[in-house]
Amino acid sequence: MADHAHHGEIDKVTGTATTGHEWDGIQELNTPLPRWWIWTFYATIIWAIGYFIVYPAWPLMNGYTHGLFGYSSRAELDVDLAKLNQIRGEKMQALANASLEEIEKNPALLALARAKGKVVFGDNCAACHGSGAAGGKGFPNLNDDDWLWGGTLEQIEKTIKYGARSGNDDGHMGNMLAFGKDGVLTKEQIVQVANFVRSLSGQSTRPGVDLAAGKQIFAENCVACHGEDAKGNPELGAPNLTDKIWLYGGDEATIIETITNGRGGVMPAWIGRLDPTTIKAMAVYVHSLGGGK
Amino acid sequence: MNKPLRATELQPDDDGPLYLAQKKIYPQSVSGPFRRIKWILMAVCLGIYYFLPFVRWNRGLGAPDQAVLIDLANNRFYFFAIELWPQEIYYFTGLLIVAAIVLFLMNSLGGRVWCGYLCPQTVWTDLFYAVERFVEGDRRERMRKAGEGFKMQRAAELALKHSIWLMIAWWTGGAWVLYFADAPTLIKELVTFDAPMVAYIWIGILTFTTYTLAGFMREQVCVYMCPWPRIQAALTDEWALNVTYKYDRGEKRSSLKKAAQLRAIGEPVGDCVDCNQCVAVCPTGIDIRNGPQLDCIQCGLCIDACDNVMTKIGRPTRLIGYDNDINIHRRMEGKPEIFKPIRARTVIYTLIIVAIGGAMIYKLANRTLLDINVLHDRNPVAVRLSDGSVRNGYTIRFLNKRGFDRVVAVDVDGPPNAVIHVVGADSITPARPMIILGRDTTTELRVLVDSNSSDDVPSSVPVTFHVTDIGLGEVASTKDVFVTP
Ligand code: SF4
Ligand code: SF4
Repeated sequence: MADHAHHGEIDKVTGTATTGHEWDGIQELNTPLPRWWIWTFYATIIWAIGYFIVYPAWPLMNGYTHGLFGYSSRAELDVDLAKLNQIRGEKMQALANASLEEIEKNPALLALARAKGKVVFGDNCAACHGSGAAGGKGFPNLNDDDWLWGGTLEQIEKTIKYGARSGNDDGHMGNMLAFGKDGVLTKEQIVQVANFVRSLSGQSTRPGVDLAAGKQIFAENCVACHGEDAKGNPELGAPNLTDKIWLYGGDEATIIETITNGRGGVMPAWIGRLDPTTIKAMAVYVHSLGGGK
Repeated sequence: MNKPLRATELQPDDDGPLYLAQKKIYPQSVSGPFRRIKWILMAVCLGIYYFLPFVRWNRGLGAPDQAVLIDLANNRFYFFAIELWPQEIYYFTGLLIVAAIVLFLMNSLGGRVWCGYLCPQTVWTDLFYAVERFVEGDRRERMRKAGEGFKMQRAAELALKHSIWLMIAWWTGGAWVLYFADAPTLIKELVTFDAPMVAYIWIGILTFTTYTLAGFMREQVCVYMCPWPRIQAALTDEWALNVTYKYDRGEKRSSLKKAAQLRAIGEPVGDCVDCNQCVAVCPTGIDIRNGPQLDCIQCGLCIDACDNVMTKIGRPTRLIGYDNDINIHRRMEGKPEIFKPIRARTVIYTLIIVAIGGAMIYKLANRTLLDINVLHDRNPVAVRLSDGSVRNGYTIRFLNKRGFDRVVAVDVDGPPNAVIHVVGADSITPARPMIILGRDTTTELRVLVDSNSSDDVPSSVPVTFHVTDIGLGEVASTKDVFVTP
């Protein structure tokens, strides 16, 4: 490779001496670096050694050298997290002190409650209600304006706290009876009342079905819970039958199934699992989804 | 170690040292048109840099009144009548592109115009040389003093020079931080030691860099550190004018006396009298007569130096001047000179500058001070309400770029019988929600749109949101879709 026989030549074009290194006839000019450059280079080496000494540098069998400064990005993170938690604590205190209405009226608290509520909702509620709270069959959509147990802030908070048919003493109670299975109504009566119920929300009915008989059956069996006007009763979790929203489905077959076997969806009580402030935030969040009363 | 040498001083049998000593350069003072241009440009550039932070610009109550201000804390950039938000960073991108192409254009017209006259490295080095000359004297004196031993007077001179240098450097760092805060306030704080630590740190950093780069590194920055000489060497072409020694005229060199003798007997002789004036004035210490070279920053000072000599000996000036090889060869062949400032690359560069600059100006002139962005809810996309109507939720971000609060109304059109409702914003006019937008800020709100139609509606219809400033009548709109399940 290096052919030192050529050492000592002067390049004709540039007038510069060559290093004597030659590769396939190409010779290297001897253009040394400036002195300051060399010293800068040495300085960086010294700097690097210093760096190794004061900062964590060498991996060891179990662990690493910690360096004189004892720096660790992990510790830095802990400090930041502690700071963050303190700020959070203060903010959460404000949330705890405010009433539900106050939170909704204060844009800063509202934003905070919505942000917190959204996260908690995702962790705890989304399994049934869906991540966007759009629900599904048997699980209410919380974005709409139809509420089984009431859609005011207080009602929503209460439902979250104690649940429905949850076994909690303060929880919502009341089931829809299994009119068919328990032999209260015959199959024919069920078809009649089912078609009558469909007519309440302006849906088509099966031709030839005696709606008047259905109305009679409804008056005798259903108004106790669903009301004279069939608009439901949030105290009992009885849904409004005149609107366009159906928890299990508004088609004839589903209504017949509902009347035959009854319904009784369960929502757990969250009071023991989530702290009151969190529940408050969640109530505000659910209320703000758009359907809140 | 051996005594370090210049590369060209290395002897064939030298093993040579690992490194080169920096050759000390003692540029001589010179006068002439190029020197004058450089003085003027130095005054203008430094004047702008040092005093711009003090220029005031009234933007109304509550807004900063500094003409040029980079407000990092509030994420705002102010430039006279222009105020930019972080999301408008593309203006800076545009500016950088234009700046780069302007450099290219200058390069293809007049070589290293940037390096020679405008680059901060050149300007500050020039200023530091001026101080050096003022304190220590001109080239010969400085060379003599450097060779002499240490004397009391010499020590005083050096102390004076370095203090002036440090003061300039310190002022440079000081002016820098003034661009990032209200200048008069910051100066007061700096003096009373109430300014933030970061301000002192930056002043320190820039004092140090100015002092070292302009006082000591000087031409080394251009020759070894800066990328621009390499880039411009790749950008230039045969038509570009560069500071050139016209060897067709200058060779063959001879002394003044000999030239007169030769000329008297009608022998051909060059105009260069080998006085070395061009070398003496050169701030990078090179000989332009060796042809174009990377070390030449094209400051034009050798033109002045040579012109002065030519005038004295009664020969035509511009033996060194802005020229190119094409013309040297044409003159040698007895053809007339040609210059081609208008050619493909300069035209293209100009077009790019005009296009991007024009687009930026257009965009800036039509910049909206009220803006609205919308994001449709993804989950759920649509909600059926109990009365059968359909609701879509949106997150809307309002941008108020004015320096005062204002009341705006939010309207929607598109879906049949559309009704809009802003969550968390109570309005005395429920049908047309009104909200207050804080000055110079963004507001994010959740908006619900209900639509009720007896007909079968398509599953997706366009929806337009309008935000109207009740007072000024400014309107901003944005489009999205309304989905029916
Ligand atoms: S070479 Fe670089 S540092 Fe030197 S004058 Fe040109 S642009 Fe400035
Ligand atoms: S050769 Fe002339 S133009 Fe080039 S840097 Fe030196 S004095 Fe300036």
